[in-house]
Amino acid sequence: MKKLINRPQDVVREELEGIAAAHPDLVRVHFDPNYIVRVDAPVQGKVGLVSGGGSGHEPMHGGFVGIGMLDAACPGEVFTSPTPDQMHEATRAVNGGAGVVHIVKNYTGDVMNFEMAAELARSEGIDVESVLIDDDVAVQDSLYTAGRRGVGATVLAEKIGGAAAEEGRSLKEVADVCRKVDDNARSMGMALTSCTVPAAGKPTFELGPDEIEIGIGIHGEPGRERRKIAPAKEIVEMLATPIVEDLPFKSGDAVLAFVNSMGGTPLIELYIVFNELKKFLDGRGIRIARNLIGPYITSLEMQGCSITLLRLDDDLIRLWDAPVKTAALRWGL
Amino acid sequence: MSVTYQSVVRWIQAYAEVIAENKEYLTELDSAIGDADHGINMDRGMRAALAKIEGLPPGDIGTLLKTVGMTLVSTVGGAGGPLYGTLFLQMGAAAAGKAALEPEDWARALEKAVEGVQMRGKAEPGDKTMVDALLPARDALREALAEGAPLAEALERSAEAAREGMEATIPLVARKGRASYLGERSAGHQDPGATSSYLLIRAAADAWSDVDP
Repeated sequence: MKKLINRPQDVVREELEGIAAAHPDLVRVHFDPNYIVRVDAPVQGKVGLVSGGGSGHEPMHGGFVGIGMLDAACPGEVFTSPTPDQMHEATRAVNGGAGVVHIVKNYTGDVMNFEMAAELARSEGIDVESVLIDDDVAVQDSLYTAGRRGVGATVLAEKIGGAAAEEGRSLKEVADVCRKVDDNARSMGMALTSCTVPAAGKPTFELGPDEIEIGIGIHGEPGRERRKIAPAKEIVEMLATPIVEDLPFKSGDAVLAFVNSMGGTPLIELYIVFNELKKFLDGRGIRIARNLIGPYITSLEMQGCSITLLRLDDDLIRLWDAPVKTAALRWGL
Repeated sequence: MSVTYQSVVRWIQAYAEVIAENKEYLTELDSAIGDADHGINMDRGMRAALAKIEGLPPGDIGTLLKTVGMTLVSTVGGAGGPLYGTLFLQMGAAAAGKAALEPEDWARALEKAVEGVQMRGKAEPGDKTMVDALLPARDALREALAEGAPLAEALERSAEAAREGMEATIPLVARKGRASYLGERSAGHQDPGATSSYLLIRAAADAWSDVDP
């Protein structure tokens, strides 16, 4: 294992110390329990947004804490859910009297830990609304499994929900707009290579030199199929077809197209993917009204990408365009 | 003599020991159908719980069990933390204010614990989870006590039922947790959560074998 780390057991703490050192204008970092909170929290009268999950997906979620997005992020160990004491204290730290929304990706551990945190916060009189993100179409049999996984739509829900909270919407309205994002977004990812969890020291799964995994999860969970590498055009079709057919996205729809790097894939390739995606969607009469391209929900150093499409309406477009000032997303401010 | 505060401490210690001994085994079971951390996580949690309860003033079994639960919740992580945390928190609530547990108290505590785990994890019997070991353990204990069996015998029957339940998870297809994504591929593997649950019930039978009915 070759990584720019000191000791595997110190990875998360030292990353948090780095974030605190780099962005004192945006965030404060609290240790034991660990959470990253907006520097001016709690904002009185504003609905708070708290998210969290395992580390290793940076910049999600800590890089999205700031004006117009999250109020707090709770990082667990690498690929391990954070514990309820983290979300509970983060919830208290961001509660400005208008209630707190928990944005939870659909993984069994995350769901249960957030649920316990919400119960603790409610027992103290804080209103908490939980929003579950489950946009990964790679999981086909969602009835007999723990359901679809939360992936790319999480980033979009955090941005759009954050904007809704910033403009003074109520707890229920903010939670509902986040749910609307989840309802109208679909994602699918693929891997060119595996990733290595620092504490494990060896790759999470094996992939041959000419093999790719279609439908990969952000923790290296197996996808729909393993196959030989193909040109970008064909890979985009493999990802975008199930996405478009699932919602379904129709001719005349306006979408936000989010092309995400799994961590190891450079922008040069993401733009090639975006170009192919544009052609694919043009062919179906689907218009890209907004886009996001880059590494935003990653899987350590895994090479590969994911595509997320979000069907937009005027309200979602306005909230997407609203100012945001975080370490990883910043415009209008 | 019934199950005293010190007997409950001995059970927690015995469970921590057996988890430490089976850390690799549980993690190995988990690597087949999960994310290969169950033994490591449970071992970290039980060590932390032991350290926490050492500092408690002895007396209230409810406080003792709640302390174990809260410690597991904040140290285990993943799905095991909330599930085992809830199990002990519910047992603690059932045993609140008690300095000793009569057989009936233990049966009630176990009932509440299983109820809590089901509420938290929303698992049904046959989903290939902890519930598949815990439900038979609860039922066998109830049955044995209703037949007038002494506590030691009832605990033994409870542990035996948990073992059978655990082994019965091998052919099952998982419907909860990360293992569920494997579908049919999850069959043929014993569930790690059912295994650590069997060890918990087994530890009670072993730690309290000398307790009079």
